Amino acid sequence: MERRSSAFLQTVLYTGIGLLYLPILVLIAYSFNSSPLVNVWGSFSTVWYTALLHNRQLLESALLSLEVAVAASTGAVILGTLASIALVRFNRFRGRLLLTGMVNAPLVMPEIITGITQLLLFVSMVQLIGWPHRGFTTIVISHVTFCTAYVTVTVQSRLAAADRSLEEAAMDLGASPARAFWDVTLPIIMPAIVSSWLLSFTLSLDDLVISSFVAGPGASTLPMIIYSKVKLGVSPEVNALASLIVCAVGACVLVAGYLMVRGDRRRALETQLAAKHA
Amino acid sequence: MTKTWRPGRWLIILPPLIFLLVFFLIPFAFAFKISFAEAIPHVPPFSDVLTLTPGHRLKLDVHLDNYKYLLTDEVYGLAYLYSLRTAFFSTLICLLIGYPMAYAIARAPKSTQNLLLLVIMLPFWTSFLLRVYALEGIIRDNGFLNTLLMHLGILSEPLHIMHTGVAVYIGIVYSYLPFMVLPLFATLEKLDPTLLEAASDLGSTPSRAFVDVTLPLSIPGVIAGSMLVFIPAVGEFVIPSLLGGPNNLMIGRVLWDEFFGNHDWPVAAAVAIAFLLLLAGPIAVYQYYNVKQIES
Repeated sequence: MERRSSAFLQTVLYTGIGLLYLPILVLIAYSFNSSPLVNVWGSFSTVWYTALLHNRQLLESALLSLEVAVAASTGAVILGTLASIALVRFNRFRGRLLLTGMVNAPLVMPEIITGITQLLLFVSMVQLIGWPHRGFTTIVISHVTFCTAYVTVTVQSRLAAADRSLEEAAMDLGASPARAFWDVTLPIIMPAIVSSWLLSFTLSLDDLVISSFVAGPGASTLPMIIYSKVKLGVSPEVNALASLIVCAVGACVLVAGYLMVRGDRRRALETQLAAKHA
Repeated sequence: MTKTWRPGRWLIILPPLIFLLVFFLIPFAFAFKISFAEAIPHVPPFSDVLTLTPGHRLKLDVHLDNYKYLLTDEVYGLAYLYSLRTAFFSTLICLLIGYPMAYAIARAPKSTQNLLLLVIMLPFWTSFLLRVYALEGIIRDNGFLNTLLMHLGILSEPLHIMHTGVAVYIGIVYSYLPFMVLPLFATLEKLDPTLLEAASDLGSTPSRAFVDVTLPLSIPGVIAGSMLVFIPAVGEFVIPSLLGGPNNLMIGRVLWDEFFGNHDWPVAAAVAIAFLLLLAGPIAVYQYYNVKQIES
């Protein structure tokens, strides 16, 4: 019975994982198909990858998306780290519950609601104070909002697990609380900060719905262009682009995961060494 | 300790608090206000609800027509119901597939656990839009699935999955499965194995022990995972738009069309507010469990 149930669990697990990856693998395979017809396999070719390089519209939107992603993930990492310090280290302050709620709500809020409400805010702000005009700025602000939520959750759990006694030791040795935090705890949570930057970057790069609302008529991010192409049917150029993005993002996530694990291992080792010396 | 931080602590609290207040919470107030406006051919395309008259008095110009319209035009009611139904059954399917997956990971050796979690998470971080698009390559009439089944002689004609409700279910389950597995894993991992041993010592069969011990203790994970799937799924736009047909009108699509197709911003705002009220319950449940989990 025991063995049978565990065989069942294993089967579901590996079938589930297989199904998660199958569509992506098929997509990558088709990106090397020389035939523009989706149901015909021509021959192996990189013609669609070369075609990408000559598509100005795609390249321009890709550049805009990259700029937005760098700005948004940097902003989100700063705000999210501050928010996680506030939530983990300050037990009581006015607005704690509000901050907790505002940090968690964007994680489940349907994007379509966030998108339209933020657009209506931006338009109303322009009426009242003449800023911000729709385009790069509004896309970045919107992306910072939902990325901050992800950063806070990631950094918060790492910060909560960090050993407070190290920081207290630094303060016993005369460091100010801020100095002790900067020198002792910040390096400990650094892997979480770096990986949440990378994850914010990929989330921002991927966002379609919120950007469509707040971008305004002038600006188009890469997902907006991809969506309008895909809406018309399968496009071999998009297959090639999608394969590139999926591989690049996959690599980013693996690096982020590796940094987290390596940071943990190194810290464990250092703690061991320190204990031995003591 | 916290006392010594005091002078600088508002420098840490205020930037994220103010940013999220201004750009996440206050927008709902503006959406609420504009849902009472009238659509006009103007930039921006809605009338002022609040105006300051020359005599420095506030004039309120409230139109309830948008909400009346939501109640009278049955498209909206049907779309809300269809979205709730689709999200409910998708969540159920995610739970049925995700629970055994999470359980299998929780019982795997520690060294493979991290690898399995990474494998589950990786698709979540790679482009959502492109994954939905990739799914089209599997389920369309001349796609991978039909080609395979016809090649094997199981089917003589392709299955029409694209542009149906089934495609929307497949899309949602495929995209949101990791959200179900992770919280379930988090609670199942913390489960004390000695409880199961105790149940078995007292004569429980493994299946009985699962029903009596494991299942009740994993309820917080079931709720967290279900909310993480259900709430975004109700508002899903990309999946019904790319994989669904004209009959699969989910509320996200209706809102999108109202905004980008009809350029009726006030009605779109009213749809969003009504939608938010509908989700207030599930979001409150999610927040409650989240806070409880963090506090413990």
